[in-house]
Amino acid sequence: MDTHVSPEVKNLQGQRPLMQDHAADDTTARSRSLVVPRKRRAVVVHLILFAVAAVSLLPLLYMVSTSLKARGREFAYPIEWIPNPAVWRNYLTAVETVEAMTFFANTMIVTTLTLVGGILTASLAAYGFARTRFPGRDFLFMLMLSSLMLPYMVTLIPQFVLFRELGWINTLYPLIVPAFFGGAPFYIFLLRQFFRGLPTDLEDAAKLDGAGFFRIWWTVAMPLAGPALATVAILSILHHWNDFIAPLVYLHTRDNWTLALGIRLFRDQYQVLFNLTMAYAVMMTVPVFTVFFAFQKYFVRGITISGMGGR
Amino acid sequence: MAVQTIGHAPASSSHKGMSPLRRREAINGYVAILPWFLGFLIFTAGPMVYSAWLTFNSWELITPPRWVGLANFRFLLEDQLFRTALWNTFIYTVVSVPLQLLIALGVALLLNLNIRGTNLYRSLIFLPSQTPVVASAMLWFFIFSPTQGLANAGIGLFGIPPQRWLWDVNLVKPALIAIAVWAFGGAMIIFLAGLQDIPQSLYEAADLDGATPFSKLLNITVPLLTPTIFFNLVIGLIGAFQVFTPVYLMTGGGPGTSSMMMGLLIYRHGFEEFNMGYASLLAWVLFLIVITLTIIQFSLARRWVYYEGDRD
Repeated sequence: MDTHVSPEVKNLQGQRPLMQDHAADDTTARSRSLVVPRKRRAVVVHLILFAVAAVSLLPLLYMVSTSLKARGREFAYPIEWIPNPAVWRNYLTAVETVEAMTFFANTMIVTTLTLVGGILTASLAAYGFARTRFPGRDFLFMLMLSSLMLPYMVTLIPQFVLFRELGWINTLYPLIVPAFFGGAPFYIFLLRQFFRGLPTDLEDAAKLDGAGFFRIWWTVAMPLAGPALATVAILSILHHWNDFIAPLVYLHTRDNWTLALGIRLFRDQYQVLFNLTMAYAVMMTVPVFTVFFAFQKYFVRGITISGMGGR
Repeated sequence: MAVQTIGHAPASSSHKGMSPLRRREAINGYVAILPWFLGFLIFTAGPMVYSAWLTFNSWELITPPRWVGLANFRFLLEDQLFRTALWNTFIYTVVSVPLQLLIALGVALLLNLNIRGTNLYRSLIFLPSQTPVVASAMLWFFIFSPTQGLANAGIGLFGIPPQRWLWDVNLVKPALIAIAVWAFGGAMIIFLAGLQDIPQSLYEAADLDGATPFSKLLNITVPLLTPTIFFNLVIGLIGAFQVFTPVYLMTGGGPGTSSMMMGLLIYRHGFEEFNMGYASLLAWVLFLIVITLTIIQFSLARRWVYYEGDRD
């Protein structure tokens, strides 16, 4: 076995000089002695991870369990983790007591249209940044990147004024239309990185065949960008499915509400009806988790690159 | 990386000096980025300029904006609620973000040992961070019930009497921080990606030196992970400073003003009381704070973030 260690690693070690001979002699003994501790270590790691997973999931289980409790039984003590009886009807009641189908339809409209608009315009801009040269390109790209850091709250007020002038308050337009103008800076960034990494052979061949820039974008580059587009699609869908503040600001009557706004509606004159609220919460959460488990790779990549997790 | 591409672009090339082919390429490029650029002007740059102008105005939306000079600024300096919101947001951020990152890093390191079942653990631990924020807000609102919620049941196991949590001036901020920390999965996933980028050969080499797991962690993993830690820190601070939805849904800034945050204060002034001028000023203050924090982080980064051989 090669015992050579690069100088950098020695630096990283930052410790006493190597004792190569000793290390070589000792190899077998050491690996034997490591077997037992390694197993014990795995047990400890399992225990810790199990505990972390339990603490992570307990609230979610509580959500599901509460969603199945009869009215008035939500606070029963000790906690009934498996409610008896399990009131599956809560889900139906939750859908019926508020205009859940309307909220769902509105959410789907917003999510679908922003997805289409975002994917089209973001990928086009990304392809432009990746594959053409023009004066000011790098400045504009930096400008776009820096707008990533802009707090949403800062543009919210003047945007509200703008949409008010346009007469778009209490319509879905303020949620949808901006997506057709480049999606989000982050999508452009992500797709641009992807396009830059593509080998140019196929595009060059298409160019020789006389295809123009936009044709090559649509027929050659886009079909190759499947994984990157899937990542962007998931980010876009998640964002619009979860978004609360923009709908809160722009949508005033219930016929225009999205799902996120509807979660506050379950209450009688005294208190929040937690069983129905939790049933509604479960119905909002399950599609997200389903997308996660179905498209884990793209999902994780999206969160990894964007850093959107948890917010 | 982006900076490097400057080398490709011909320095100060004007349209006239271009070959027809190059001009064609430039036009294609401009057309391709046009939708984004228009959107940037209409929905970002324009509104920013407009809201800067609004900070000098008083405007309740019904009558036209009225120029009031520095009145909003003067009010800001005396606004006790602003000070409270700034302080609360600050506390929320500087406690929740490091706590979240510490736990995320610890769990990511354990997951990176690749013991059996790692994939399952990772997926399950990741789930809280992907729970829609309105769902998690209502869920925690229930958990922190002052009567018999899960939180009181939990501390009851240790013989601690029931608490009023979100209705307790002293506990409301820790409760909100706990909710944020619960969703550490996003940062954890980012740490895992960073850990997988560390070349295995370094560990193998260290093994040959007989390095202990702890010294490998300290001398290889942590230094090579500093760019990821930095990324998480920047993203985390920007996000935490803007916290809105959980506070809006659960506490409304209360009890009293003990959980009033900048995001909620801006919303209140802008969309409940329609003080558009003052709300714009608050939003600009928030923006400047976020930018300043980010710049400070970037300048401190030179001292502790390790960029491998400064590759690019």
